Amino acid sequence: MSANNDTIGKTITVTVLLCVICSVVVSAAAVLLKPIQVANKELDRKSNILAAANIDYAGQDVIKLFDERIKTKIVDMETGKYTDAVDAATYDANKASKDPALSVKLDRATDIASIKRQAKYMPVYLVETNGQIEKVVLPVHGYGLWSTLYGFLALEGDLNTVVGLGFYAHAETPGLGGEVDNPKWKSLWPGKKVYPEGSVEPELGLIKGAVNPSAPGAEHQIDGLAGATLTSNGVTNLVKFWMGKNGYATFLANLKAGEV
Amino acid sequence: MSASKEVLLNPVAKNNPIALQILGVCSALAVTSNLNTALVMTLAVIAVTAFSNLFVSIIRNHIPSNIRIICQMTIIASLVIVVDQILKAYAYDVSKQLSVFVGLIITNCIVMGRAEAFAMQNPPGISFMDGIGNGLGYGAVLLFVGFFRELFGAGSLFGIEILPLVTNGGWYQANGMMLLPPSAFFLIGAFIWILRTWDKSQVEAPEFELAKNTKKEVA
Repeated sequence: MSANNDTIGKTITVTVLLCVICSVVVSAAAVLLKPIQVANKELDRKSNILAAANIDYAGQDVIKLFDERIKTKIVDMETGKYTDAVDAATYDANKASKDPALSVKLDRATDIASIKRQAKYMPVYLVETNGQIEKVVLPVHGYGLWSTLYGFLALEGDLNTVVGLGFYAHAETPGLGGEVDNPKWKSLWPGKKVYPEGSVEPELGLIKGAVNPSAPGAEHQIDGLAGATLTSNGVTNLVKFWMGKNGYATFLANLKAGEV
Repeated sequence: MSASKEVLLNPVAKNNPIALQILGVCSALAVTSNLNTALVMTLAVIAVTAFSNLFVSIIRNHIPSNIRIICQMTIIASLVIVVDQILKAYAYDVSKQLSVFVGLIITNCIVMGRAEAFAMQNPPGISFMDGIGNGLGYGAVLLFVGFFRELFGAGSLFGIEILPLVTNGGWYQANGMMLLPPSAFFLIGAFIWILRTWDKSQVEAPEFELAKNTKKEVA
């Protein structure tokens, strides 16, 4: 290193050149790779919806299968009816929940899932056979121990029996709360009922320990995750919130009555 | 051993950045709960150290010494962003698991340490080799730790089941602690122990001698 490197002129020249070159490299990488990244995200989301609806997508073109089997609708959370206020193809509910114009602030008493703001419109995904609703996939999210869990809860056509639950984004402790991804645990969900007979208050939730199948109410109970009480509570809370009256309960009631 | 081979292989065992210099331990705890993430992290760090060494070395004669750290940081940060973008595009699932830790390569002391200690004084070719070598040294520890954590914590290697778990109807009761970051401390400790048993020259001279137990002598 020669001494003339330390003159003001040289210092500024090196700094400016270095910054320009580095920023070009970084922006080029970001811009060139953006389309692939967006496609990846979309693919991930769609395969998760298919997985929640228990549609086997292994070895198939996920995008094509999704377009064939799944119909996306936007629901106005207040009225519980379909709306055209936003475009179903481009609407991002997670982004909207941070936008004051597109979301409502939840007060502490109703915000049992700790999500702070709720989007006014939520997408729902319908699987139809000959015009009959076979399955409904509902996006849900809520706070666990470390992170917000984002996932999909799928219901049968009776709008009460669970088809499956799956999370596509969370940062819970691997091996403990992270067991929400365990296929064996997820297989406990299908067949469970969200609401008791004649009620609109969701009963479905996790309990401490294993469920006794002969106990009353076992159809609303799922085994808790061992060593992950707070994640288990988080999952219970998010199911209760999203299936309750601030969640999809109004929409599901309308759908059942055929008034959407 | 030729100079470049020595520069490449020395950091793997003789002068391992984690085991001897105790650099970059933070990410070694975070990304080693399974071998997949450990391997991808290793590749990412090798790429960043090698190229940051290369570019720092190319312009080493023009970097004003009073802003040299900032210049190195700029190069390293740019490279890390590029690596992160590539991972997001081509290895989406793994990049989701690694989350912030790819971005945190910027703060990995190994990268900066090699740029400052080696690349600033040496020509590009050998600096590049040194970067790969140190990345390999980092990776060796990561894979060692990842191997034991995934095998005993989840009963699998690279996601393939080796020990059938009790929760999946097998016989192996998974060791939950292995999946938590602190277990990596024990494993890195064990790695350093094994390494120093094999290569005694790494053992530091004791800082002080214990005084003789005078009471015992009286008795």
